Amino acid sequence: MGVPVRRFDAVIVGGGGAGLRAALQLSESGLKTAVLSKVFPTRSHTVAAQGGISASLGNVQEDRWEWHMYDTVKGSDWLGDQDAIEFMCRKAPEAVIELEHFGMPFDRLENGKIYQRPFGGHTQNNGQTPVQRACAAADRTGHAMLHTLYQRNVRANTQFFVEWMALDLIRDADGDVVGVTALEMETGEVFILHAKAVLFATGGAGRIYAASTNAFINTGDGLGMCVRAGIPLEDMEFWQFHPTGVAGAGVLITEGVRGEGGILLNSNGERFMERYAPNLKDLAPRDFVARSMEQEVLEGRGCGPNKDYVLLKLDHLGPDIIKQRLPGIREIAIKFAGVDPIKEPIPVIPTCHYMMGGIPTNYRGEVVIPQGDNPESRVNGFFAAGECACASVHGANRLGTNSLLDLVVFGKSAGDSMVEYIKNEMPTWKDLPADAADRSLARIARLDGQTNGEEVADVRTAMQRTVQARAAVFRNADNLSKGVTEIQQVAERVKRTQIKDKSKVFNTARVEALELENLIEVAVATLIAADARKESRGAHAHADFPNRDDEVWMKHSLYYGDERRLSYKPVHTKPLSVDYIPPKERTF
Amino acid sequence: MKKMRFSIYRYDPDKDAKPYMQDYEVEIGPNDVKLLDVIVKLKTMDDTLSFRRSCREGICGSDAMNINGKNGLACITDIADLAEPITLRPLPGLPVIRDLIVDMTQFFKQYHSIKPYVVNDSPRPERERLQSPEDRKELDGLYECILCACCSTSCPSFWWNPDKFVGPAGLLAAYRFIADTRDEATSERLDNLEDPYRLFRCHSIMNCVDVCPKGLNPTKAIGKIKDLMVRRAV
Ligand SMILES: Cc1cc2nc3c(=O)[nH]c(=O)nc-3n(C[C@H](O)[C@H](O)[C@H](O)COP(=O)(O)OP(=O)(O)OC[C@H]3O[C@@H](n4cnc5c(N)ncnc54)[C@H](O)[C@@H]3O)c2cc1C
Ligand code: SF4
Ligand code: SF4
Ligand code: FES
Repeated sequence: MGVPVRRFDAVIVGGGGAGLRAALQLSESGLKTAVLSKVFPTRSHTVAAQGGISASLGNVQEDRWEWHMYDTVKGSDWLGDQDAIEFMCRKAPEAVIELEHFGMPFDRLENGKIYQRPFGGHTQNNGQTPVQRACAAADRTGHAMLHTLYQRNVRANTQFFVEWMALDLIRDADGDVVGVTALEMETGEVFILHAKAVLFATGGAGRIYAASTNAFINTGDGLGMCVRAGIPLEDMEFWQFHPTGVAGAGVLITEGVRGEGGILLNSNGERFMERYAPNLKDLAPRDFVARSMEQEVLEGRGCGPNKDYVLLKLDHLGPDIIKQRLPGIREIAIKFAGVDPIKEPIPVIPTCHYMMGGIPTNYRGEVVIPQGDNPESRVNGFFAAGECACASVHGANRLGTNSLLDLVVFGKSAGDSMVEYIKNEMPTWKDLPADAADRSLARIARLDGQTNGEEVADVRTAMQRTVQARAAVFRNADNLSKGVTEIQQVAERVKRTQIKDKSKVFNTARVEALELENLIEVAVATLIAADARKESRGAHAHADFPNRDDEVWMKHSLYYGDERRLSYKPVHTKPLSVDYIPPKERTF
Repeated sequence: MKKMRFSIYRYDPDKDAKPYMQDYEVEIGPNDVKLLDVIVKLKTMDDTLSFRRSCREGICGSDAMNINGKNGLACITDIADLAEPITLRPLPGLPVIRDLIVDMTQFFKQYHSIKPYVVNDSPRPERERLQSPEDRKELDGLYECILCACCSTSCPSFWWNPDKFVGPAGLLAAYRFIADTRDEATSERLDNLEDPYRLFRCHSIMNCVDVCPKGLNPTKAIGKIKDLMVRRAV
């Protein structure tokens, strides 16, 4: 019995911001395109983004893309690729204006222009004074952006495959990508989607941690599929902890709260960020603020009965600003922290938020891997964009609001690259290999036939606890090496997961088991890459190697799943048109 | 530890001839605050229990269901506020795919039917189109919809005519574009609703307002569209 095959010029896996922006390029070019998503597109996690999208529009104060570039390079702790960073920051104003023209409901200034707010690490004049660069729709910027992009796709007649889960990447004997296998969740049927080009825009994988701001569906499927298909993952040791997750609940409180004037307090009522970052204070970049908070807690100045969180105070902004600019935050604080921020501060802790690493790409959205002596040779037919990709613009630490920007800039650029590739290089489809669906069918058969296995939820919890304990804000050699051993033990258990639900119809137990097979690849990559990096850079804070070591470690890691080994490749130090920004000490 | 009782609608077309209610008892731990926390826990006990969920913070619209007779989002519903046995059913009026998962095709069809995008064919300026803060304010209470369908599936007019009546969510969206100063298609939008069913099946019963988890008011938006219709008729 053969697996049914459907043919498209292009397949996009992911209906979040990156996937939807890319889809517009393809739909408008007239190519036959399928957009797959595990959930209805507006339910993708881009919808949860709050604070804003960065662009040097200069609507409030003077701003320049070169300053945005400087901040991004510095924020990345010099691990970002400067060509990709220049590309993104230069394109930012036009990308945001385009969203406005698509109908995105940005807040407005008195003169009718887009409202911009201050955000962590955004400065004028290469680090001198804070600047208002984050373009915002209240504190629902991601919702406004995702719905607008979806709406634009309705207009462009994009063909969606909703609640279809991609299972595996199909590569032929040349290593080229020729499609994906996918599960139609409603019927339980597996299909081969045969394509000239495939884009992964599958989002993040924050669910490898026990406490995360990420949605249940952020399970790193694109990364898992890559690992199984022999494609390496870049910079997986770098995970951003957002300073202000609601203590206990994990739900995010945007940095925009501090942008609007909110401050962090310890148990003495002290605004401690003044001590750590005299210049930017509460608006220093996230890695920096998160570490400062942990330090306060470690030194006994945490709040609450267990002294394990700090407070985010914003009542001094007054009810009007809070209701107008931060209505969603107020709603979240009331529902998830049980406090009304108009009156009381919100208990917050650093919480896993964003994956800086991912599928290695260049700024054109092409997936590039080492082949022969070329560290970045193209994988024909394969593209990636958004949080699952590593361009790398965020390096070792992402600046707030640079992800939404990344989605639209690189979503579009990847879409353009795909159109060009299909039109110029791919007059017809390459043949599918005979075993195109075998891996996916074997995974499902294994799961259905498993006896005496392990519960998915138990194994997932074990994974999350391990990653949370071993790859946290502060890391050390002992912890990391234990983590490497433990996570590989968990990986063995993942091979034996068992589900009771054998129904074909909308089998969410099966989906969760398949997702866990992706999560574990990400978790193993994270610990192995983190254990190997003997320095501190950006979000990777290593107690035994507290300094950045540019001599040895200014390089990207590449993790290969088949042998669980690492290799490295150089950071791009040549911007497209401006001068290289050389490394400096990072103070704020 | 406290125990709570649940009664949950079950139906798997692969094996069940017809739907039935299944009882569960579950221990409530200190971290089980929202209804979704508990349903997720239930699923670790019985992995066949099927429902949608994603963001767990009330912004993605996945986990709308009928909770003790009223539509809502499980992730922002406090269990402490619910009477036992907590009765969970799929959203009413839509075909059930399995358990608490409904087929939302008809709901989205209606949303798509109102052309949910800004129409503006004048040449694109180099910069943003200007909009005053007051004009932008007109979109508040409209653009925040998360397409959860709590409203439309609590609306009797939508139950009887899901193929003909746009329903509160779709009409709220229609007004969101009418109210946008950047949109140039108001009269086409009104034409599109000028029909005995599409708009006028709303009898202002307000169920929609009562259930909207985002505190939006479709009835008010519908009223505004009706006003515009009347005004352009005279
Ligand atoms: C709470 C929160 C707030 C944030 N706020 C901001 C902010 O203010 N500014 C900012 O710049 N960034 C912010 N971020 C980061 C930013 O929102 C995300 O990085 C970004 O939205 C990711 O977008 P994406 O398109 O890559 O993926 P997502 O939006 O996560 O979409 C992934 C898509 O892939 C699909 N998918 C995944 N796996 C599969 C599969 N196997 N088969 C089929 N489909 C699949 C999903 O269904 C989904 O459609 C925030 C993040 C969080 C968690
Ligand atoms: S007010 Fe109108 S749309 Fe809302 S529930 Fe009643 S009939 Fe339906
Ligand atoms: S109007 Fe409210 S209830 Fe209706 S779909 Fe939108 S958010 Fe849900
Ligand atoms: S899970 Fe997203 S709204 Fe409840």
